Amino acid sequence: MNPNLFLLVSVILFALGVLVVLTRRGAIVILMGVELMLNGANLAFITFARQYGTPEAQIYVFFVMTLAAAEAAVGLAIVLALFRLKETTDVDEISLMKW
Amino acid sequence: MEMLAFFVLAVLAVASALVVLTRRNEVVCALALASNLVSIAGFYFLLGAQFIGFLQIIVYAGAIMVLIVFVVMLLNLGEERYPERGRAQKWLAPILSLIFAVILAAVLWKTEPLGLGEPPPDFGTVAVLGRELFTRFFYPFEVISLLLVAAMIGAVLLAKRRI
Amino acid sequence: MSDFTFLIVSTLVKMGVAVGALMGSVAIMTWVERRLSAVIQFRWGPNRVGPFGLFQPVADGVKFIMKEDIIPASAHKPLFVLAPAVALTTSLTAFSVIPFGPVIELFGKKIPLVVVNMDGGILLAFAATALGVYGIVLGGWSSRNKFSLMGGLRSSAQMVSYELSMGLSIMGVILVSGTLRPFTIVEQQAGWFWNWNAFLGGWQFLGFILFVIAIFAETNRLPFDLPEAEQELVAGYHTEYSSMKFSMFFMAEYAAMTTASAMVVTLFLGGWQIGVPVPFEGWLLWILQIGAFVAKVGFFLFLFVWVRWTLPRFRYDQLMNIGWKGLLPLTLLNVMVTALLVAFGVVGR
Repeated sequence: MNPNLFLLVSVILFALGVLVVLTRRGAIVILMGVELMLNGANLAFITFARQYGTPEAQIYVFFVMTLAAAEAAVGLAIVLALFRLKETTDVDEISLMKW
Repeated sequence: MEMLAFFVLAVLAVASALVVLTRRNEVVCALALASNLVSIAGFYFLLGAQFIGFLQIIVYAGAIMVLIVFVVMLLNLGEERYPERGRAQKWLAPILSLIFAVILAAVLWKTEPLGLGEPPPDFGTVAVLGRELFTRFFYPFEVISLLLVAAMIGAVLLAKRRI
Repeated sequence: MSDFTFLIVSTLVKMGVAVGALMGSVAIMTWVERRLSAVIQFRWGPNRVGPFGLFQPVADGVKFIMKEDIIPASAHKPLFVLAPAVALTTSLTAFSVIPFGPVIELFGKKIPLVVVNMDGGILLAFAATALGVYGIVLGGWSSRNKFSLMGGLRSSAQMVSYELSMGLSIMGVILVSGTLRPFTIVEQQAGWFWNWNAFLGGWQFLGFILFVIAIFAETNRLPFDLPEAEQELVAGYHTEYSSMKFSMFFMAEYAAMTTASAMVVTLFLGGWQIGVPVPFEGWLLWILQIGAFVAKVGFFLFLFVWVRWTLPRFRYDQLMNIGWKGLLPLTLLNVMVTALLVAFGVVGR
C-alpha cells in the first residue's frame, strides 16, 4: 500500500475541517471542525510512524489526543457560559466588541 | 484485502466529514463526527498502531464526543439559521480550501516515500509506548497531567452558575 | 486449506458460537429473572407456559414480534431506529475478547477459544462499552420527549462516571499480570483456586469488589438503575419504544450483563481454569474447562438478579457521589498499593 494514500485522506480531512470552521455558524460545530483538523494531523503522524517504525510519532499523537480533550472541555464550558448570557451559540451574534 | 479495508474506511471518513460540513441539525453533525473518529481508529489499526487505535475509540469517540453530544442536547438548539444576506464567504471559502488542500497534497506527495515496509514486531504495542512514555517523554507526560488538572478546574469554574 | 482461510473460518465459527451463547443467555436470563424474583418474593412466578414456565422466553419473543411498532410522529426517525441497533451491537462486540475456553486442537491446528486475540485485548471491551453510551443518549434524544431526554442524559452521565472506576479497578490486574491480553491473564491463573487474581495469586481483593460495583452501575442494574425506573411510570430513555426496538434495548442490557460477568470471571476469577487439579487430558479436560467458565458466569448472573431484588435503589445524587467520591479514590488507592507491591516483588507473574 502506498503511504501517500493515507496522507491524501489526511489532507482531505484537514481541508474539510478548515471548511467547517470557515463556513458554519454554530460555535459547537466550529469546535467539531477543529477536532476534524486535529484528526487529519494525527492520521499523518501515524502514517509517518509506520514508515519509520519508531514509536515517537505515536507518543505525539497520544499528547495531541490529550490536548484535544482538554481543549474540548474548556471550549464547551466557554460556549455554555456564553449561551447563558446571549441565549444563542451563533458566532455572528456574539459581536459585543464590534462597533 | 487491505486495499478494500482502506477504501471502505476512506469513504466512511470523508462521507461523515461531509455530513458534519453540510447538515443543519447539530446532533446529526456530532454523530457524524463520532463515526468519523471511529473510522480513523480503523485507519490506525490498518497501519498497525493498535494502542493508539484503542485510545482513539475510548478517549476521542467515547469521551470527547459524548461530552460534545451532551452539551448539544443540553443546550437544546434548534436548526442553524441561514445567514440573512448573501455573503462572499459561501463560495470563497471552498475555493480557498481547495487550493490549500492541493498545495498541501503536492508537498506531501513530493516527499521521499519510504513505503510501508514491515514494522518491528512490537510496533504499536502498549509495552513499547509505555516504555517511551516513562523514559524519554517523562517530562511532557508530567506537564500534560498538570495541564489536564488545569483544564478540569477551568471547565468547572467557567460552567458554574455562581462561583 | 491454507492458514489464512482456516483463520477466517475458525474466527467466523467462534463468532457464531459467541453470539449464539450471548443471545441464548439473554433468553435464559428473562426466565431466570422472573422465577428467581418470585422465589425471593415468595410467590409463584411464570408457570403457565410449559413445565416450570420454561417456554416463557419463547412466549415473550412471539409477543414482541407481534406487537405494533409505534414511532412517535415528532421523533427523529433515523436516530430513533438507530439507537437500539447501536446499543445491541456494542454489547455484542464487547464479548469478542473474552476467552471462553482453552487452546483446543482440531484438525491438527491449535485454536485458542477467543474470537479476537489481540495484544491490547482488554481495551476492546472498554472501547465497546464506551461506545454503548451512544445508544442510550440517542434513544433518549430522538424520542423528542422531555422525560426520555432527562433519563437518557442521566443514564449516560452515570455510565461515563463509572467507566472510569471500571477501567482503573482492572489496572491492578494488568500490573500484576504484565499483559493486556485476556487469554494470557487466564493462563497465568492456573493451578489451585487460591492462585486466581482476586485471591492470593494477585492480591486484588479490593479491585475485585470495586469492579463488581462498577459493573452494576455500568449495566444500569439495581441499585444503580434510577435512569430506568426513574419516575416509576415513565421508563426513562426507552419510554417511547415498543415491540422489537424495546426488546433490542432489553437484549442489549442482558447481553451487557453477561459480558460484564464474563469480564469479572476472566480477570479476577480465573476464566476457564477449574481451580482444582484434575487428572484428565484432551477433550474431557477442555469440556470441563468450558463448563467451569459457564458455571462462574452463571453464578455472577445469579448475583446480578439477587442484588436487584434485594437492595433499594440509590437516589441520583447519591449515585454520582458514590461514583466520584467513593469508588474513584478507592480505585486509585488500589492502583498505588498494587504498583508498590509489584515494584518490590511481593506479587507479580
